Amino acid sequence: MTKNIKLMQGNEAIAEGAVIAGCDFFAGYPITPSSEVAEILSSKLPKIGRVFLQMEDEIAALGAVLGAALGGAKAITASSGPGISLKQEHIGYASMCEIPCVIINVMRGGPSTGLPTLPAQGDVMQAKWGTHGDHAIIAITPSSVNESLYETIRAFNLAVKYRTPVLILTDEIIGHMREKVVIPDKNDVEIIDVKLPGVPPEKYNPYNYTSGKVTPLAPMGEGYRYHVTGLIHGETGFPSQKTDVIQNAQNWLMDKIYKNIKDIEKFEEFQIEDADILLVAYGSTSRSSRQAIRMARSAGIKAGMFRPITIWPFPDEQVSKLSKKIKKILVPEMNMGQIIFEVQRNACGSSVYGLNVVSGEPITPDQIYEKIKEISKT
Amino acid sequence: MIKTKFDYNKYLRKNTLPHIWCPGCGDGIILKALLRAIDKSGYSKDEVVITSGIGCASRLPGYVDFNTIHTTHGRALTFAIGIKMYKPRLKVITISGDGDALAIGGNHFIHAARRNIDLTLIVFNNYTYGMTGGQYSPTQPLDSYSTTTPFGNIEPPFDVCNLAQAAGATWVGRSTSYHAVQLEKFMVDALNHTGFSVLDVITNCHISYGRRNKMKSPVEMIKYQKEKAVPARSAENMTPEDLAGRFKTGILFEKKDMPEFCGEYYKKLETIKIK
Ligand SMILES: Cc1ncc(C[n+]2csc(CCOP(=O)(O)OP(=O)(O)O)c2C)c(N)n1
Ligand code: SF4
Ligand SMILES: [Mg+2]
Repeated sequence: MTKNIKLMQGNEAIAEGAVIAGCDFFAGYPITPSSEVAEILSSKLPKIGRVFLQMEDEIAALGAVLGAALGGAKAITASSGPGISLKQEHIGYASMCEIPCVIINVMRGGPSTGLPTLPAQGDVMQAKWGTHGDHAIIAITPSSVNESLYETIRAFNLAVKYRTPVLILTDEIIGHMREKVVIPDKNDVEIIDVKLPGVPPEKYNPYNYTSGKVTPLAPMGEGYRYHVTGLIHGETGFPSQKTDVIQNAQNWLMDKIYKNIKDIEKFEEFQIEDADILLVAYGSTSRSSRQAIRMARSAGIKAGMFRPITIWPFPDEQVSKLSKKIKKILVPEMNMGQIIFEVQRNACGSSVYGLNVVSGEPITPDQIYEKIKEISKT
Repeated sequence: MIKTKFDYNKYLRKNTLPHIWCPGCGDGIILKALLRAIDKSGYSKDEVVITSGIGCASRLPGYVDFNTIHTTHGRALTFAIGIKMYKPRLKVITISGDGDALAIGGNHFIHAARRNIDLTLIVFNNYTYGMTGGQYSPTQPLDSYSTTTPFGNIEPPFDVCNLAQAAGATWVGRSTSYHAVQLEKFMVDALNHTGFSVLDVITNCHISYGRRNKMKSPVEMIKYQKEKAVPARSAENMTPEDLAGRFKTGILFEKKDMPEFCGEYYKKLETIKIK
């Protein structure tokens, strides 16, 4: 079979992945460097009879996405920086009401309007903690254009399966660069579809906190009448202030993600077997890290990399296992130090170093290599 | 003619009662009118979606047996637009308080009107932030008092209907929780309209608004609604001085056969779909 290979931009690959995943609905508000996702879907979705909406702001965009998702749509929105900040209330609503959706964040420099056209990785902690209250989240950090396509498909699958918002964090570099992409045939990739619940309407509860299984979300308008509220609710969906219901509901929002971490986690290991120095790097920074590791190895320094692809939930187990063997860990990030704290939390007695560049420029292989050399001497 | 009593139980989720509303609150009257209107319009429970924001009024969807979404403060229209655009066959109604619809949700309000999307918005206009204890709202009359205008309000209020019409809504009406029969009639009319319909319902919150404004009982507030309401036709012959402190009721604006957003979108798709 001949492969369908195309040269694509990262944001285009996200749009392409969304369509392959069966995306029905996009609502957004323009913002650099994510706008191409909207522009491309504004042409692709109508052509296949689906809905594209440009809303009055990002809050409205995610509101519309959640309304459509409650109707059974596979829905997506895309934004950056200030727009992602505006979406936080509805990210919380989606978490609380367990509404599947995919949110693309093409990261740019912040805070505030920050650096509209330049890359950063400053939103990884916001992805986890941006909205108020405790909740789990799934966030994915692709590091190439090709991976952007496949991870968008996976994001839709995880959203439907776990009834949760799934964030994809790319950045201006990956969003705007062009690379080779192998476009899959729909039949060659796993696609999880929205289904009616396996029980008749009179037996349907929209939530289940105790069986350990995620109840499918019945598309509204198909005979399953239920109530959705951002107030803490019991399994019937109606608000409750009973302490045991509150506790169960809160536990469930964490458990459904953390107890299924094996299914959700995804990572890559690069030359770690004999490594003396471990790099933990994600997104575009992992690309420079890979090159820096090659430079270090040709100079006789054994470095390797652990690259989380699913960044939330954080791969605690892998990092702590690796840190038992490898005593020096370097975390390069295009921020002032965010994921480094997750690594430190899991580092079993290893020394953890950061390399933080927030100049609007990508971290170069040379910068990382210099840091590796410095660490190797300690 | 034998008048059969309307069976509200057909639509109430009895296990969610008692409701949270204070005794004497106007919201229950509007709820009952809405159930009668939906029944008259002939929609099935399965095809009705009700979205609401946050506030006393916005608690309504929890009590009624439709597809119900109690969303975030001010954003109910955005959810309504999402589900309507995805499933145009559904009848989508949005319930909002005055603060919900016009302060935090003001942007969504004017844009839904501009699009003329086929939704019905019912504003429970009690001139106050009832749920949070009576802070001033964007419809609170000048010189009235609230927990955050202890010296009297100096901000001019919005006229919900003028705003809706100016922004592009194609059905605009006003009634009150006193005029329960008229209210039901207007609701039926709004529900049958294709396009964005806005019904402003003046309702009473004697707890958070009335008792700070010399109307501490529901009776006084209902009297206020009765006395201050001016049918649109009578208003035509009245001077601005006569109308001061009063409000017009009636179907204030209606324009049929205007391009409706959801219909236009799907019409457009027909012209571009790749077969
Ligand atoms: C984002 C946000 N801001 C503030 C609140 C607090 N809040 C809850 S209800 C409400 C006002 C409700 O007033 P209105 O919409 O007029 O409804 P009413 O209670 O009068 O029916 C406010 C400010 C909130 N829930 N969410
Ligand atoms: S506070 Fe006012 S609006 Fe809220 S339930 Fe009581 S009377 Fe009604
Ligand atoms: Mg109010």
